[in-house]
Amino acid sequence: MSRNVRLENCRIPAAAGMVLELTVNNHPGVMSHICGLFSRRAYNLEGIVCMPVGTGAMSRMWLQVNEAEKLEQVVKQLQKLPDVLAVQRHEGDHPVFAGLTAFTDSPRSTD
Amino acid sequence: MYTMNGARLIIKLLERQEVELVAGIPGGANLPLYEALAESRRLRHILCRHEQGAGFLAQGIARTTGQVGVCFATSGPGATNILTAIADAYLDSIPVVCITGQVPMSLIGTDAFQEVDIYGMSIPITKHNFLVRSVEELLEVVPRAFALALSGRPGPVLIDVPKDVQSAEISFHQWPEPGRRLETQPADRQQLAAAAEMINRARRPVLCLGGGIIHAEAAEEARAIVERSGIPAVMTLMGLGSMPAGHPQALGMLGMHAARSTNMALQDCDLFIAAGARFDDRATGRIVEFCPAAHVIHMDIDPSEVSKLKPANVSLVGDVRQSLASLLPLLECQERRSWWRQIQVLQEMYPMATPEAVVPEKPYGLILQAAAMLGEGGFVATDVGKHQMWTAQVYPLGRPRQLLTSGGLGTMGFGLPAAIGAALANPGRQVVLFTGDGSLQMNIQELATAVEQQADIKIIVMNNRSLGLVRQQQNLFYRQQFFASDFQIDIDFAAIARGFGMPAYSVPDNGELVGLMARLFSEKGPCLLNIPIDREEEVYPMVPPGAANSIMLGGSHVEKCQA
Ligand SMILES: Cc1ncc(C[n+]2csc(CCOP(=O)(O)OP(=O)(O)O)c2C)c(N)n1
Repeated sequence: MSRNVRLENCRIPAAAGMVLELTVNNHPGVMSHICGLFSRRAYNLEGIVCMPVGTGAMSRMWLQVNEAEKLEQVVKQLQKLPDVLAVQRHEGDHPVFAGLTAFTDSPRSTD
Repeated sequence: MYTMNGARLIIKLLERQEVELVAGIPGGANLPLYEALAESRRLRHILCRHEQGAGFLAQGIARTTGQVGVCFATSGPGATNILTAIADAYLDSIPVVCITGQVPMSLIGTDAFQEVDIYGMSIPITKHNFLVRSVEELLEVVPRAFALALSGRPGPVLIDVPKDVQSAEISFHQWPEPGRRLETQPADRQQLAAAAEMINRARRPVLCLGGGIIHAEAAEEARAIVERSGIPAVMTLMGLGSMPAGHPQALGMLGMHAARSTNMALQDCDLFIAAGARFDDRATGRIVEFCPAAHVIHMDIDPSEVSKLKPANVSLVGDVRQSLASLLPLLECQERRSWWRQIQVLQEMYPMATPEAVVPEKPYGLILQAAAMLGEGGFVATDVGKHQMWTAQVYPLGRPRQLLTSGGLGTMGFGLPAAIGAALANPGRQVVLFTGDGSLQMNIQELATAVEQQADIKIIVMNNRSLGLVRQQQNLFYRQQFFASDFQIDIDFAAIARGFGMPAYSVPDNGELVGLMARLFSEKGPCLLNIPIDREEEVYPMVPPGAANSIMLGGSHVEKCQA
């Protein structure tokens, strides 16, 4: 809460595709806090991967986003959440999602 | 070694936080908590008549003292009832800790009797929230909730405690430290220097003081800057009181119902310094046309506010009191004569109130009359509507925390319970409440709380037999179709108040008002005065919603603008 990060000087490229990697406290409400933030700020989430790390007290989340506009604001809002311990940005694609495209590229029929 | 159940642990932790008042209503899911509360010698419980009232009562405590206001509600309907007051605290950054009872852990998720997911529901309207899953967690969660509510940008925190967690026994060796406000990092030095240079070079700067000035106790620092650098100061609704209304450099409120001269001055400013203010649309009007010629310096403790709506040329992220104090020695002494001459011309051309408008029978006049009668050190609460804006426009507020008003959420029904909270937290000081006949009906049941607690509140019902501010919008923007805004029955509020056991008076049509007002203020304990107001009395000037602040309708000497 007292993290005093000055972000307005970091340039966000207008390019589409970016992955936010979050380190968060692992408890049942965290997912709601993160996803709720995105829907409340009217910001699209393209993909989410979440896995516990180490002993399971923390989780890592990868969020795929592609709206350059408002990203700055959403990152600042994420950093305010007490359960979010760190936010990292990765330009473009991220290997975490690469393996998953195999599942999404061949949509199964619903029968 | 200490051994007790979860409920007693919560009560002890609240005592260790030096909480004195708790507002709430009991129910099945928080009865263990009430059992423990009954045993407490330090905590005084204020039984409200609706949980929303309890939430606003806690806000009244928090807004006047800067300390955390605490409220309790049971699960399900108790918890949903309190949500509006929590959302209101969130939008105005008021430190509140709300503790709700929840069904036992084993029943969570089964649609049990009075089960709602209040944790999920309160996520978007709290600074943070907790669902406590074991009695051990309470040792960490309660102090943490207080630290979160008070630190950085203040706000509400909700703790949902299942009934079996309240009843579970715990043994522990050491009490946790009470949760306190944590210090923030100071603003960046280079940005401070850049801000100082910008202010020193500006020819027509304006300093805008928001609610953050009040939360940060930064009014003195703000005043020092204003006086040293010769800067005119405007205030947001939440910032009112941070400069005394009579100060020659205070231009009052900006925005939708500002004095015409204030909004016009802003159109011309070349530097807009926002201090603890967040560019709310009611303050800025159409944002792209707000202060079109100005550079922007933004001081805020919340980094996400800076450049959220208007890009800042210089940003001072940190405690605004510290930022202002560090800025002061970097500023040159200036008088800014030609800027002031320009402003004075505007002020003379467009005074807020004409002599005809300040007779006691008119809204402005009766507000000024009440101000003259309110005891030294008294507080002023409002509800939401025309009466609120009239009060914001002309009440001579003299100090921070004097005004209690629902700014961000604009919640009708805020006034009465907030006024009670203010009175109970500040014994010996009167609270005057300006309310409307519409707003009062939203939490009218709290008249009972006021009487039961003998809260020293003076209720002035500005009764225009309508939902006035809505009616005004219909008048101006919806073809004068007064649909669903005029009440079809007359309500005798004085009789209702007396029914609750409160002394009350009503001013008869063309009756003697000043005498009855004197009676109101000399009464011991709570008292109500109903004053008829003409339905057609409007709040002017008014910027149409969504329009630029340069487009103002009505107000005194409006004809001069038609040139
Ligand atoms: C809870 C709630 N419901 C609806 C509104 C919309 N609203 C804003 S002002 C207003 C009328 C207020 O009437 P009253 O309290 O009588 O005050 P007046 O404007 O007549 O002075 C209404 C309905 C609101 N602000 N809050």
